[in-house]
Amino acid sequence: MEIFGIPHQAFLGQLMLGLVNGAFYAMLSLGLAVIFGLLDIVNFAHGALYMLGAFAAWIMLDKWGVNYWFALVLAPLVVGALGVLIERLLLRHLYGLDPLYGLLLTFGLALILEGVFREQYGVSGQSYPVPELLSGATNLGFMILPNYRAWVVLASITVCLGTWFLIERTRLGAYLRAGTENAKLVQAFGVNVPLMVALTYGAGAALAGLAGVLAAPIIQVTPLMGSNLIIVVFAVVVIGGMGSILGSVVTGLGLGVVEGLTRVFYPEASSVVVFVVMVIVLMIRPAGLFGKEA
Amino acid sequence: MQVKPLVAALAIGLGSFAALAQTNTGPVKIGFITDMSSLYADIDGPAGGEMVRWAVQDFGGKVLDRPIEVLTADHQNKADVASSKAREWIDKDGLSMLIGGTSSGTALAMSKVASEKKRPFLVIGAGSARLTNEDCSPYTVHYAYDTVALAKVAGNALVKAGNKNWYFMTADYAFGHSLEADATTVVKANGGTVAGSVRHPLNASDFSSFLLQAQGSKAQILALANAGGDFTNSMKAAREFGINKSMKIAGLLVFINDVHSLGLSNTEGLQLADSWYWNQDDASRAFAKRFFDKYKRMPSSLQAADYSATMTYLKAVKATGTVDADKVMAEIKKTGANDFYSKGKVRADGRMIHDMYLFEVKSPKESTTPWDYYKTIAKVPGDQAFTTVAESKCSLIKK
Repeated sequence: MEIFGIPHQAFLGQLMLGLVNGAFYAMLSLGLAVIFGLLDIVNFAHGALYMLGAFAAWIMLDKWGVNYWFALVLAPLVVGALGVLIERLLLRHLYGLDPLYGLLLTFGLALILEGVFREQYGVSGQSYPVPELLSGATNLGFMILPNYRAWVVLASITVCLGTWFLIERTRLGAYLRAGTENAKLVQAFGVNVPLMVALTYGAGAALAGLAGVLAAPIIQVTPLMGSNLIIVVFAVVVIGGMGSILGSVVTGLGLGVVEGLTRVFYPEASSVVVFVVMVIVLMIRPAGLFGKEA
Repeated sequence: MQVKPLVAALAIGLGSFAALAQTNTGPVKIGFITDMSSLYADIDGPAGGEMVRWAVQDFGGKVLDRPIEVLTADHQNKADVASSKAREWIDKDGLSMLIGGTSSGTALAMSKVASEKKRPFLVIGAGSARLTNEDCSPYTVHYAYDTVALAKVAGNALVKAGNKNWYFMTADYAFGHSLEADATTVVKANGGTVAGSVRHPLNASDFSSFLLQAQGSKAQILALANAGGDFTNSMKAAREFGINKSMKIAGLLVFINDVHSLGLSNTEGLQLADSWYWNQDDASRAFAKRFFDKYKRMPSSLQAADYSATMTYLKAVKATGTVDADKVMAEIKKTGANDFYSKGKVRADGRMIHDMYLFEVKSPKESTTPWDYYKTIAKVPGDQAFTTVAESKCSLIKK
């Protein structure tokens, strides 16, 4: 059987790979959407935080022999803590100003972080080994899928759904959403809003860090890994609708698949296809696929 | 605050500085434009710029009783950035010579500017053989390697070892296209076939779907016509997906930095072509040690060539007693290079003809000291490694 002129096995294989890449888009755009939705900050440092997560895992392994599974918990905590610091020391001063200021500040931070790591480690990158438990591959019938990639999809979807549930379906999430609607009123009820906001940014940063750890065994850990990805992820957020959490997850996975299929049918366009989709979506639905019209 | 006078003073200062640069007593300026921050920054980059400075220092810092000044810039792998910077330096700063770093698209653009403005242009990092063929210029010297040499040295060895059926995974820009075309020629000339190719964007984020397509071709050899970060990520994904079990993977342009970052266990047995390796002879080792002391890594062939090319140019300026482009180019083409990096001759088309090497990456067991990565499989004389006079498409070559 053939689908669009390629054997259906190869087609399914490419679909699967698209989903793997989509899992990264989903997790990164989720963090961006949470931060934008609740803080109104366009977090351009997200790619750098993702890179930091990967580097944190690599440094832990290289220096102290901390294995992958511990790094999976520790690295996001480290990046999250840095996120809290960034919010408390820098971003805090920008609330109420034009979102452009936040964008410029976080962009500057990203350049600094990348520059420091480039100076220290160079651009060729470091190799992070696939953890023992997940090495090897499984024959799915239509393709041989490395076990690690299957794990990435699983982990990412679990984390995305968990985050969505936390924000949309729990009491804490309700406080968060209320705090961003009317901080003064929520504070009057005895909720520590500044702390909540700082933790939200920290959580968004931790998500990026987690994505970084997940990516480390797949690609070379380099200072540039974030900036290569961040622009696409922003396009994902715009297509999904700024601030829409479920939208960013679904769009992330979907665009991963679209990009994957483009790599088969017209590989030369694979780096622009996401932006073509963005242009089309913005023309038809300016608020994004899942965004609410203002 | 009195800002205006300050600005005026600055403007005057800058103005007189620019005027000075154009006189014959001002500094001789050498410009170096390369990828300083992106995927090719380790194989050349800021350390490459430092090598140009080292050569100037070792030359004595002066030529024709004029101080030598080195300008560097980051072209971000963008051809327009590279050519406009080159134009600016030549027009405003009175640049005498330009060295082009990595990325063929930028080198092709700069060679147009250099030839229009009549400035010697020494190309180190860029690989496209178009620079001395279709796009050759009387002012270009292609100093280190090119895609033809990579194809002939690495490609020949592979086809002769019985790997007849090839599939290419190619970086989608000038360099990748040249490399694929030149390697295809070599494969076919040796009785091999090409099953197909797939092109990926420069600095791609994921290679798995390209690799799966390659695997579907059932070819024997998966030839990676890419470089730097694209090469390392391709290799890594290829091993993850077990492609290396069904196909033999050949990196057509591999630098020692790539081998270091992937580790010997991931690259063991890989054959590659290069123009220089640090652990070849005493002079090279001495240069490498000096580099290592500063950077805690070994120099790539490009960084060695940056040093050598600067020296070769300065010697030619000294010998002719002028920075006049035509006279200096004539001298370079007459005497060529003679140092630890290369003993080469520069042909009329600008191609430096020198020995190329086929190396094989050692296994972790064979490697005894840090950065002891390669064993030499073959030394290929320049006239066999590069485009021959008969094959040349350059109009400057008299056949």
